[in-house]
Amino acid sequence: MRKTSVLERVRLFGRAGIDLLGTLGRSVIFLLRALFGRSSTGNGFQLLVKQLYSVGVMSLAIIVVSGVFIGMVLSLQGFSILAQYGSEQAVGQMVALTLLRELGPVVTALLFAGRAGSALTAEIGNMKSTEQLSSLAMIGVDPLKYIVAPRLWAGFISMPLLAMIFSVVGIWGGSMVAIDWLGVYEGSFWANMQNSVSFREDVLNGVIKSIVFAFVVTWIAVFQGYDCEPTSEGISRATTKTVVYASLAVLGLDFILTALMFGDF
Amino acid sequence: MSAESPYAVELKGVSFKRGERDIFKNVDIHIPRGKVTGIMGPSGCGKTTLLRLIAAELMPSQGEVRVNGLNLPSLSRGELFDMRKQMGVLFQSGALFTDLDVFENVAFPLRVHTQLPEEMIRDIVLMKLQAVGLRGAVELMPDELSGGMKRRVALARAIVLDPQILIYDEPFVGQDPIAMGVLVRLIRLLNDALGITSIVVSHDLAETASIADYLYVVGDTQVLGQGTPAELMDSDNPRIRQFMQGTPDGPVPFHFPADNYRDDLLRGR
Repeated sequence: MRKTSVLERVRLFGRAGIDLLGTLGRSVIFLLRALFGRSSTGNGFQLLVKQLYSVGVMSLAIIVVSGVFIGMVLSLQGFSILAQYGSEQAVGQMVALTLLRELGPVVTALLFAGRAGSALTAEIGNMKSTEQLSSLAMIGVDPLKYIVAPRLWAGFISMPLLAMIFSVVGIWGGSMVAIDWLGVYEGSFWANMQNSVSFREDVLNGVIKSIVFAFVVTWIAVFQGYDCEPTSEGISRATTKTVVYASLAVLGLDFILTALMFGDF
Repeated sequence: MSAESPYAVELKGVSFKRGERDIFKNVDIHIPRGKVTGIMGPSGCGKTTLLRLIAAELMPSQGEVRVNGLNLPSLSRGELFDMRKQMGVLFQSGALFTDLDVFENVAFPLRVHTQLPEEMIRDIVLMKLQAVGLRGAVELMPDELSGGMKRRVALARAIVLDPQILIYDEPFVGQDPIAMGVLVRLIRLLNDALGITSIVVSHDLAETASIADYLYVVGDTQVLGQGTPAELMDSDNPRIRQFMQGTPDGPVPFHFPADNYRDDLLRGR
């Protein structure tokens, strides 16, 4: 194998840095043009509704099923731990706080990246490789406004709603296990939850988290599709990047947001 | 250049680079208004890049690209999209929108750029589809069409707004003889009937020469030659002669530059 000189390594490192900055710059310009550029068609609302269905409604099944199961598992695990301290009546509080503060926004964002995010990247990448984006531009329609913007807004709107649905069905799943299966008294399950969950501290912070995640995940997904190499391999790489980058971004941002919201600095 | 200029498209001193590699160096091309102009050259010489420069999908690193008097590199993004309404492009793959049927594909430019009533849109779409012989395929989806049919639907979509300039990217590639004949006839017919300027980017010599009023041969970052098909056939330039006669050996090498063949075989991997 050829040896790489120190100078060559420095050069490669510098090249990678320049490429990274270039990609970041392109992605910011892309986002600003898509959100604030001049619209060349008048049917933006219709396009948004179509994308809300494809991005949001079509993700409902996976969100609801995952939410129910995660709520049920939380309840089971929580009960067995809390029972050691004789506090099993607090299982409702634990399930609700865990879902509203953390698992609702985070797991929804991860599932959204895997289902809707990868689909967005593949769809836009495929449009690019089959020259449909170029074709739109040649018809005098800006693909950033016609294709990208409705998908971005659909992601921004639908993910926080999906995160709320996730938390609600998760709490329902948790209550089912705790009350109907493990025999926790129904009154204390709900009363503990009501007493300990604060709207501003827990519900609102969870919603803020999911708005931030929605922004980042959808941005990554549509940009990867738009910027990908227009080949089968390029689309496949872009789809993988969407899931990996979006997941890492969500987990990293979750730590930062949690520290800011609940860190008591 | 005004709208009355004899040239619909002008490239003046255009250079274009991909990374460090020159694709075009100081190229001058003048596309006459109302004629069919062929841009020809061997594969990989930058013909499609030239098309994308004319359509302002790419910007030159140097020089002017003027379409109907407008210098494209100096236009804003919004002005570029407005300018493109005067232009139709037929892509090599057809580039039909896969989620729309044939009718909606052709109606798309009308729906986004006009406020025409539905009955009128229907009539215009059917007329354009009739012109390309596919009125009967109006309800089919793109994946139900053959390659040649896709290109004809794309052609109907490209002319639906009655553009002043129509650009064809390799329209003859992968066509069977019947579809090829239909396309050749259509390009000439549409040009004469609609009075538009047609630019055919292709490496199919016989078909392009049979319909073009004027030809440019590009290669090696330059315009190698220009003239009517008859003039180019009689050219003394060895590069043009090699291309027009389709001979494998000549100034344009068949082989990509490589090390000595014998040494390469004996060296192993």
